[in-house]
This record gives sequence, C-alpha cells and structure tokens, in this order.
Amino acid sequence: MSASSLSFDRILNTCAAWALALLWVLPLAYAVWTAFHPAAYEARFELFAPVTLENFAKAWDAAPFARYFLNTVILVTMILAGQFFLCTLAAYAFARFEFPGRNILFVLVLLQLLVMPDILMVENYQTMRLLNLVDTIPAIALPYIASGFGIFLLRQTFKTIPKELDEAARIEGASFLGVLWKVYIPLAKPTYLAYGLVSVSHHWNNFLWPLIVTNSVETRPVTVGLSIFSAIDSGVEWSVINAATLMTSGPLLIAFLLFQRQFVQSFMRAGIK
Amino acid sequence: MSRMSIKREWVHGWLLLLPAMVFLFAFTHIPAVTTLINSFFSTPRGRRSAEFIGLENYQEMLTDDVFWKVLWNNLWYAIGTIPLSIALAIAMALWVNDKLAGRSFVRMAYFTPTVLPLIAVANIWMFFYTPSFGLFDQITGFLFGWPASNYLGNPETALNAIIVVTVWKEAGFFMIFYLAALQAIPVSLKEAAQIEGAGRWTVFWRITFPLLMPTTLFVGVNAVINSFRLVDHIFILTDGGPDNASALLLFYIYEVAFRFWETAYAATLTVALLVLLSLLAIGQFFFFDRKVHYK
Repeated sequence: MSASSLSFDRILNTCAAWALALLWVLPLAYAVWTAFHPAAYEARFELFAPVTLENFAKAWDAAPFARYFLNTVILVTMILAGQFFLCTLAAYAFARFEFPGRNILFVLVLLQLLVMPDILMVENYQTMRLLNLVDTIPAIALPYIASGFGIFLLRQTFKTIPKELDEAARIEGASFLGVLWKVYIPLAKPTYLAYGLVSVSHHWNNFLWPLIVTNSVETRPVTVGLSIFSAIDSGVEWSVINAATLMTSGPLLIAFLLFQRQFVQSFMRAGIK
Repeated sequence: MSRMSIKREWVHGWLLLLPAMVFLFAFTHIPAVTTLINSFFSTPRGRRSAEFIGLENYQEMLTDDVFWKVLWNNLWYAIGTIPLSIALAIAMALWVNDKLAGRSFVRMAYFTPTVLPLIAVANIWMFFYTPSFGLFDQITGFLFGWPASNYLGNPETALNAIIVVTVWKEAGFFMIFYLAALQAIPVSLKEAAQIEGAGRWTVFWRITFPLLMPTTLFVGVNAVINSFRLVDHIFILTDGGPDNASALLLFYIYEVAFRFWETAYAATLTVALLVLLSLLAIGQFFFFDRKVHYK
C-alpha cells in the first residue's frame, strides 16, 4: 500500500468519524439552541440571535422542579447507599467464603441481570401496596437495592485481591468483617467509583417504575416530573420544554463533561468485568 | 477443630448473603413466581377475588391481536436497533481508538447520549419529528422540496422513528465496551498482518473482528435485553400509537396493568416476556459459544 493511499484512507476515516460525531451532537446542540434563545428563534438560526435564560425561569416556575430534584437526589443516594452495603457483603461472601449452596445462589443473583425489576412491575406494584409504600421514595428504591450487577462486579474485583493480604490481616487479629473493611473495600475503590457512576446515572434517568409507583409531587423524580410537564398539550412553548429537558439532565451532563475520562473509564470498567 | 471452623465459615457466608438475598427474592424471584401463578387466575375486581381459570388468560393472549402486533413490533425493534447500533459502536470505537484529529471531541459526541435520560432524549427528538415545523421536515423540505410528513403520527414510520432514537441513545454506550476490548488487542498482531501486506479491511475482518467476538456477545446480550426494556421514550414520542403501531411488549404490559387494570392478563403477558427473554438468552449463549471459543 502506498503512502498516499494510506493518507487518503486516513482523511476518509477522519471525515466519516467527524460527520458521525456532528450528526450525534446535532440533537443536543439543537436543544441547547432553542433553550437559550427566545421562542421566535426555535427554527431560525442566526448567529446573533439574542441569548436568554428566560426559558429556564419559565420552566422552573411552571412546575415544582426544585422538589423533583430533591426527590431524585434522595432517591439516588438511597439506592447507592443500599447497593454499596448489600452488594459489598454479598460479593465478599461469594468471593472468599465456602459454604453449601454458593453456586446455586450465585446463579440466582446472575439471573437478575436478565430479569430486571422493571419487567416485574405488575407484581412489584402489588408488593408495594401490601407494604403500604405506594407513592413513597423507598418504594422506587427498594427493588433496585440488591443489584445482581453490583454483586457480580464487586465479586470479580474482590477475587483479584491476593489472599495473602487477607491472611496477614487475620493474623493481626482482624475479624472477617474487619478484613472486609480494612483490606477489600479500600482496594476496590476504583470499582466502587465506577459502579457508583453507573448506578447514579442509571437511576437518575430511570422512568418507568417511578412513573408507576409515584403519584404526587412529593415523591416524583425529575424524569417523571419532566414527562408530565412536557405532556401537557396546553401550548407550553418548545423552548421552555427544551429548557426543562436540559435542566433535568443538566447535573449529569455537566458532571460528565467535567469528568469525561472518569465516566468513560468507569463505564468501561463496569463493562469488562 | 477444623470441622468447627468450616461450619463457622458457612455461617459467615450465609449471614453476609442474607440481606442481599432477602431483597433479591422479594423483588425478583418471588414476583417472577407469583407472576406465573397469577397468570392462571382471573383479575380480582372489587369484592370478587381472583378465581382459578386455568389457561384462559393464555387463550386470550393467543387471540389478542394487539399482543401479536406488539410482538412483531418488538421483533422489528430488535432487528432495527441491535445490528445497527452494534455496527455503529464498532465503527465509533475503531475511530476513537485511532489517532484522530479532535479525538476527545468525537468521543464525547458519541458518548453523550448515554448520560441523558431517555425521557429527555425523547423530548429533544420530538422537535425533530414535528410535522412541517421540525428539523427533519425543514431539512427535507429545503433540500428535496418534500412536503411535511408526520413521522410519529404515521403507522408506517412511527416505529422506525423510535428505532432511530434508540440507536442514537445506545450506540455510544456500546462503543465503550468495544473501546475497552480494542485497547486489549496487542498492536503486534496488527503490525504482523500489515507486514504480510494485509489491508485495513482484511486486518479488521481477520484479526480485530474475531478478537472482538466476546465483546460482541456481551453487547449483544445487553442489546437484546434493552430491546425489551427500553420503552421510556415511547411514552413521550407516540404513546404506543397510532393504533399500537409503535407499542412494544413491555409498554403493552404497562398499559394493560396500569391503564386498563387487567393485572391477571398483564401477568400473563409478563410470563410471555420472561419466556422470550430466557429463550433468547439461552439461544444466544449456545449460538455464540461456538464462535467465541477460538479466541
């Protein structure tokens, strides 16, 4: 292959990659454009169109977004804390303990990767009714707390930790929980970060189950709030809807843009294990 | 002594597992079983409690036109989204893995849809699809002089419009896994092939693609599950319409359970979904198992 054809190949690839990238940011760029400009510029693209934050103010006033944000933050924190706690204990058991039923139980855990709680929404809703938890934030969180994915991910990480470290800590008199706390958890920090990012972004964005199990402003997360806000056909301007849309995805989006590398690496780490 | 300590290890293991297992059973395994049981009963209404009706719900399902419709839709949705998003993901990963001008921007552009809520994505795309006013119509009208078309309101195009949105959302996510896999492939393999005179295309099909097979299996399983699970955007874009043209199985289960309150029939539909998922998982595993092994 000659050098010129090689560089031609390179140019072609670069162009294609860029074309796709531009195509990919177009929807978001369009949303940003309409959100930051007056409604009159929704479909008119002029370089010097006046920039405004009015759409955001309108959206903020039109629906209780502050409350929705608070609900989402509580929800995401609750899920993450629960997941870290339960998955750590379970992963430790699977990684370092021998006991009857281990393999069967592990298969049952992995089964949850296939059958997610969302799919069983009909029965889970009945359960929440029985527990008298319908329309509460814990009701949204509970089905996700024992995460098969989290257990699997942490188990894989714990398994890579040399047993010698474990034994050394035990000789120094640490109990089995002390070993977990002093040896396993500190060494698995990158995995916790990765899993935390994946979990937070997943549950920040989750919609179907929260839609089913909540029905008041006090419990609704932002996704459900947004869907109600934009479903009103009463002529809410697009620019306002887009402002609301950006607002609800804003925190994650900004976090992603700031910590792009960590995000990408976290998703990668969570994926290859 | 050793007997004692073995027993203690058992107890420790069980105790550590207990909390997670309680939650897993409460919200995954037991509901799966009760779903199956409820599918043989009628929906309790008011004072009338559920009665055992055998396979009646299943008979209803098999004669329910909407069920077959959403099943076909789901098949199209899977065919439309899975190969395309995987192919795009591979292309994206290859590009981003290469030395490319402005690589970090390109990577960011591909990955950003992943962090957006599907509901927000649907809102954004809504503008694109709006008749005459939306960006699609403006572009096609400007370039080809096409008349305004209602992509979401037309039964012919509604599902395809949904598929496009899903691919946009998913491809960047899958790219990540390929990127990780590509970085694990030794450069020496590629160089050796290039010295032998293999072109880029040959290198890809003979070396890179086979080595990516385990990733493709992983991503494929994920994509299949997603094709049944990702329905959020339907609520915003079409609400399953027109005439169920864009309704998928999970969306239909939601409708039956929480709009019509036919919980027993919804349980039956859920059983169908569970059976489908397990069959696909088993099938995919055996199908790919042979191809993955010569790693």
